Amino acid sequence: MVSTPLSKWKLAAITSAPCGAYMNYAEGLMASNIPTSPQETAVDFQEMGLQDKLLRKPTNQSITRMSVTLQCPGYPEDTLRSLAERLPCRETQLATLLALMGQPDQYSYPSVFIYGHRATGKSHVVLSIMKDLELPHASVDCVECVSSGLLFHQVLSAFFGPDAAALLPRCPSLSDFVRLYKQMSSNSPATQTRYIILDRAERMRDMDFSLLPALLRLQELVNDNVTVILLSEIVWEKFRPNTGCFEPLLFHFPDYSKAELVQILSWDHHPSYTPELYASYINILLGVFFSVCRDLRELRHLAVLNFSKFCEPLEKGEAKESDIHKLWKNIEPHLQRAMQTVYLREVSSVQWEQQQMDEKEATTLRVLSAHAHIELPYYSKFLLIAAYLASFNPARTDRRFFLKSHGKIRKTNFLKKHEKTSNHLLGPKPFPLDRLMAIFYSVVDSRVAPTASIFSQISSLVTLQLLSQVGHDDQLDSPKYKCSVSLDFILAISRTVGFDVVKYLYDFL
Amino acid sequence: MSKRRSLTEAQCVSLAQKLLRERLCHQKLPDRPLALDSQYKHLLELLRRTAVHGESNSVLIVGPRGSGKTMLLGCVLRELMSLKEAQKNVLLVELNGLLQTDDKIALKEITRQLHLENVVGDKVFGSFAENLAFLLEALKKGDKSSSRPVVFVLDEFDLFAHHKNQTLLYNLLDVSQSAQTPVAVLGLTCRLDVLELLEKRVKSRFSHRQIHLFSSLSFAQYVDAVRSQLSLPPDFPDPKFSDAWNHSSYTQSLFPLSAFTAGIFKPIHLFLSVSRVSVSHSTLHEADLLEASRLISADSKAIILHGLSILELCLIIAMKHLNDTYDGEPFNFQMVHNEFKKFIQRKSHSIHKFEKPVVMKAFEHLLQLELVRPVDSGVCKVQREYQLMRLMLEHGQVMEALQRYPQCPTDVKQWALSAFA
Repeated sequence: MVSTPLSKWKLAAITSAPCGAYMNYAEGLMASNIPTSPQETAVDFQEMGLQDKLLRKPTNQSITRMSVTLQCPGYPEDTLRSLAERLPCRETQLATLLALMGQPDQYSYPSVFIYGHRATGKSHVVLSIMKDLELPHASVDCVECVSSGLLFHQVLSAFFGPDAAALLPRCPSLSDFVRLYKQMSSNSPATQTRYIILDRAERMRDMDFSLLPALLRLQELVNDNVTVILLSEIVWEKFRPNTGCFEPLLFHFPDYSKAELVQILSWDHHPSYTPELYASYINILLGVFFSVCRDLRELRHLAVLNFSKFCEPLEKGEAKESDIHKLWKNIEPHLQRAMQTVYLREVSSVQWEQQQMDEKEATTLRVLSAHAHIELPYYSKFLLIAAYLASFNPARTDRRFFLKSHGKIRKTNFLKKHEKTSNHLLGPKPFPLDRLMAIFYSVVDSRVAPTASIFSQISSLVTLQLLSQVGHDDQLDSPKYKCSVSLDFILAISRTVGFDVVKYLYDFL
Repeated sequence: MSKRRSLTEAQCVSLAQKLLRERLCHQKLPDRPLALDSQYKHLLELLRRTAVHGESNSVLIVGPRGSGKTMLLGCVLRELMSLKEAQKNVLLVELNGLLQTDDKIALKEITRQLHLENVVGDKVFGSFAENLAFLLEALKKGDKSSSRPVVFVLDEFDLFAHHKNQTLLYNLLDVSQSAQTPVAVLGLTCRLDVLELLEKRVKSRFSHRQIHLFSSLSFAQYVDAVRSQLSLPPDFPDPKFSDAWNHSSYTQSLFPLSAFTAGIFKPIHLFLSVSRVSVSHSTLHEADLLEASRLISADSKAIILHGLSILELCLIIAMKHLNDTYDGEPFNFQMVHNEFKKFIQRKSHSIHKFEKPVVMKAFEHLLQLELVRPVDSGVCKVQREYQLMRLMLEHGQVMEALQRYPQCPTDVKQWALSAFA
């Protein structure tokens, strides 16, 4: 791959996953191109931000560039200002968090539960606050803690050093942790509030049942100035234990509106193009993807991947920067294809980029999904079709479809009432091997002998996971199978053998 | 004679914040617990009898979360330790059901709190009872006449009842029934039916003495309680500031909050209002308390629905329609997709047709948010699209979320409101 400045920038953008690191890089890139400087308006945050959020009015759609002067005694002013600049569209939440935390030596509520959709900046804001203001904190990701001992180890070593963590016994219980913490904190009492940050806290529900209630009231149990902050995507009602627990303070991080997404995504515009061009590109991208996905990380990834294709006409000289309509016409089908491949992770990002460089016409992409390009032998295709018919047709209708001459089938009352629920909605039903062979013989046009090669093809279909075996392996006389293939796939297969499968399906009568 | 410095506004505010935060968050013990006088006297009498006269007792303190059980116990123990005879003799062992999840751990903790680790050393005991008997034996005084009274406090008592065989409870209550050592066993629990959890042999050794804490405050008492929690003490350095603070009027806004009287001693809303006080906003107003109560009573699921994409919202509406049509029976992804396709074909103008895998990804996002849950969350021998699920939202929540959804297309709204899908 030719490494142009554009590709180098993209590589850096794609590989540096944490939002914070990328933001720093982007800042460095656009050091001289900072978009319009925020007007410093001294707005009382209680009146503006908190009221809006709490009264649940529809948020203001225009991009308000007002930065709120954070009135928080106990922390240096310029640190707060730089912190606020690094967290766009999150000034209100930052101010509320700082108000909850109070001054460093004051007590804070024992536990705070922060919830919101993914990529709304919960971890980013909390960890930035901790790092910039240099507060004593222990940040633990609950996905990494397969056992509670790992959590205890991380907390103790963050607060009291690795020697303290080494004092923990082999499989530490919660009792050991609390005792050790009390011992350590009586040796070195807290001058500032200590924070324990538990990211992806929904995993804690699967750990020991007493871990979550105990951590929520840790301040009371160890008698120290410590606050536990839980970050999660899932609402608090799903965490509450049966007999109740100490209720934490709930705090919501709202999702970004479309205008805010444009504002944030425009931060990482490429240096060799104007910010307006990038902003219009972002608008086009959001026009395609916003109704499907509002996750900031996904949108950023897509923006970075497709920008080179967007700039192709500009590089080739076919269009100018102001010809937005032409650029839109060029990129829109490309984005639609991206939605079906890269967005779904059917194709890896590297493959996608290579696609853009090699093929200039719109050809079908080779997708990862296994079903797309399977080449089956002739009889296997018919076996698969027969299996599909056996799964999705009720057994009593076989006579009608597969016998050369059948009498009139009278529908009883029972059948008429339950016709609405199509079999395609309920899922495939299991069928015995005999039925499969019966349908197979009637579907295949030539005479086929029941040799071992036919039966072994059934086993290979099971291995390919196009059929699945129902019931135990020991049942050798009459094994049961189920067809696990979708309607589109069967239609494609039957087209290749020239068989009209829809005619034989009960639901499409 | 101390000269009173005049403090600046900012210093006053920060000092007030510090005091109030310590009182509200760290839950410093008040002098006398509010509206719990009879229970206080009863408990104090019981403990005095154990400490001074050597009687064994067992009692359960039952009350909902936040009704002041630990606080009551703290005040009683503080007064008990101020008695001269009790101070010298009484030993206190505090166990918590959340921390001591096993009887072995509990026994180690008892040994540690009685400071008998050296005495026990490396001895191996046959049973729990032997171990406990040894410990209590070690507490006897030199002339073997009497033993020091021990007060066992068992927090989260109902969790101890889930241990194997309930050995700890059995042995403690056994000791309290026999005349060996004066022992008081105090259990604190939030479950009213805690006695049903006990085995027959344990229940019979328990004295069935229960102290119930149901806060039944009248509105006037509630207002007094809140005022006393939020008022600055008389020895505050700046008397003008503390006067202005103590006399700020927020009584009107307390009426909607009086529904929270059960949690009077766990004041989230008071903390929230106090946290909003700053230099520019230096007294408590009614607006603060009202905002705090609005924050607490917000419906978090409806808030989460606000952040979904249009496609996911359409899927939720499709599921709602399925629930209405089929009376709450579980559905699978194929059915939801079918409903969605019907909507796209017939009624929609703004939403264009999405491929099935894209719709599947949106559905999986809803699964991860736990707004939709599979019916049997264990083994799934069925394909993903055909697994039966249930919607974890109510009809009302969905409609309310739709009202507040930003820029919701009108055809989606119409579809949601229509009775027939």
